Amino acid sequence: MAWPEGDVTRVPYAVYTDPDIFQREMERIFAGDGWAYVGLEVEIPASGDYLVTRIGDRSVVITRGEDGAIHGFANRCAHRGVTVCRQRQGNSRFFVCPYHQWSYDARGKLRGVPFINGVKKQGGMPDDFSREDHNLPALSIATRGGVIFASFVEDAPDLADYLGETNRAYFDRIFDGRELVVLGYSRQLIPGNWKLMFENIKDPYHASLLHVFLVTFGLFRADQKSQVRMDQTGRHGLLISRRGAQKASSATEDISNLKEDFTLADPRLLDPVKEFPDDATVVMQTVWPNLIVQQQSNTLALRQIQPRDAGSFELHWTFFGYADDDEAMVQRRLRQANLMSSAGLVSADDSEVIKLAQDGVAQYREDAGVMLLGGRDTEDQEHMVTESAIRAFYAHYREVMGL
Amino acid sequence: MTISVEERFELEDLYSRYATVLDDGPLESWPELFAEECLYLVIPRDNYDQGLPLAIMRCESRGMLSDRVHAVQETIMHEPRYLRHQITNIQSSAAADGDLAVSAHYSVIEVLHDELPKILSVGRYLDLVGRGAGGSLHFKEKRVIYDSVLVPNTIVYPL
Repeated sequence: MAWPEGDVTRVPYAVYTDPDIFQREMERIFAGDGWAYVGLEVEIPASGDYLVTRIGDRSVVITRGEDGAIHGFANRCAHRGVTVCRQRQGNSRFFVCPYHQWSYDARGKLRGVPFINGVKKQGGMPDDFSREDHNLPALSIATRGGVIFASFVEDAPDLADYLGETNRAYFDRIFDGRELVVLGYSRQLIPGNWKLMFENIKDPYHASLLHVFLVTFGLFRADQKSQVRMDQTGRHGLLISRRGAQKASSATEDISNLKEDFTLADPRLLDPVKEFPDDATVVMQTVWPNLIVQQQSNTLALRQIQPRDAGSFELHWTFFGYADDDEAMVQRRLRQANLMSSAGLVSADDSEVIKLAQDGVAQYREDAGVMLLGGRDTEDQEHMVTESAIRAFYAHYREVMGL
Repeated sequence: MTISVEERFELEDLYSRYATVLDDGPLESWPELFAEECLYLVIPRDNYDQGLPLAIMRCESRGMLSDRVHAVQETIMHEPRYLRHQITNIQSSAAADGDLAVSAHYSVIEVLHDELPKILSVGRYLDLVGRGAGGSLHFKEKRVIYDSVLVPNTIVYPL
């Protein structure tokens, strides 16, 4: 595939549809030298706790060892490739493959092989068989503020450097050391390419047009004081904005279906309170290659992107709060969650439109999309009328992918 | 304590009406099947089993149900679709204050215009049914606990 003229102001539809490009993404981006989000420390608090998740399309197990440290390994038996652990979460000292019962410890080290010395002096493994040669591939692990990241490479960069200064500051704003509490999960299978999800979060243009509910209630508007921020590579991004009033303005006159007269029968649905030191009410952070950290009013959530194939991805939502939330704040977070995930009053727009985008690009796969809003640059901006964060994402993408 | 044959038929009617207003409309009538003070939750089964409170739809009054209806009709961008609720295995037992604790199985088939029908959601209802001022049965609480935790894209209409 040749990238079209115009650099990152054009994105060829083939990147959303070509299975060879998808394979290369899994190898270079998800199994490459970045840090992928895999879970929260609070999900595996005790020794022996584990969770199963995916980095890209590869299943991995994240464990808390007897030493209290977090470990990770590939979830496929060294023997015949069988998925070893089928439970999503649990507690176990050993992981036993269901097929021939090879067993592994919390670090993925092979501990037991049935019939290794044969039965009645017959069969068994050759004399030169060594268990140490058949450990499960270990992941590198790093944590920050209770969030666990993993990498398939041994010499992954320092996580703080990887996030970069600005993104690190906003990451630490949410994960500020307070104990986290998981409020629950929600999962979707979205029939679109995984990058469409990242583009969506890096795209403030759509939020002020597509999301009639957000705009109607002033939660996100093109005329609000806003910033678009990136790290030096352009791979991570931040949209930062502030709530406004429910009223028409020059920023809403292009919205044909703005519902100015929509008032809530039960206003408890939207009863946001300020909870962070700054005045930002919306911070959408994208962390390459698989994480979205969102604050929308008092809804805090991690969205983990798990690509399945070129045309679909799973989106795993983890909604959370803090251990020191009072009851009213817990209720507020749970009510505002109505806006998010598969039945979200706002994010349903996104999953629906991503499906339509995939439908279109899959049919016209020789063509390319246009990313010209706000110019051709890939720089930080002080407004929302720009696609610079998407351009920056693709500048980095092209470099990693060699496209 | 068993319930009367008449009450059993009334209960059947309530669930039939519930399916009909969601599948054939009018959607505005859906909140009328609930008490003014009510609770409607759509909960992924893994959250329910772990005791995690997050619901993907949470309505804590008839007003919030109406707000959800209004959003479906006015603000959520979605492809047109047909839904069919199948509600079976309705079982009830007496609860406090003359109410009925009811459980039922459900599945919802979704038809998009350019796709074959698919199961959008499958699970169970755990409900508390009482009598309104007019004497007819309505939902005081409805918990929709869905086994199909990986949702095929979007749930636009209530389950």
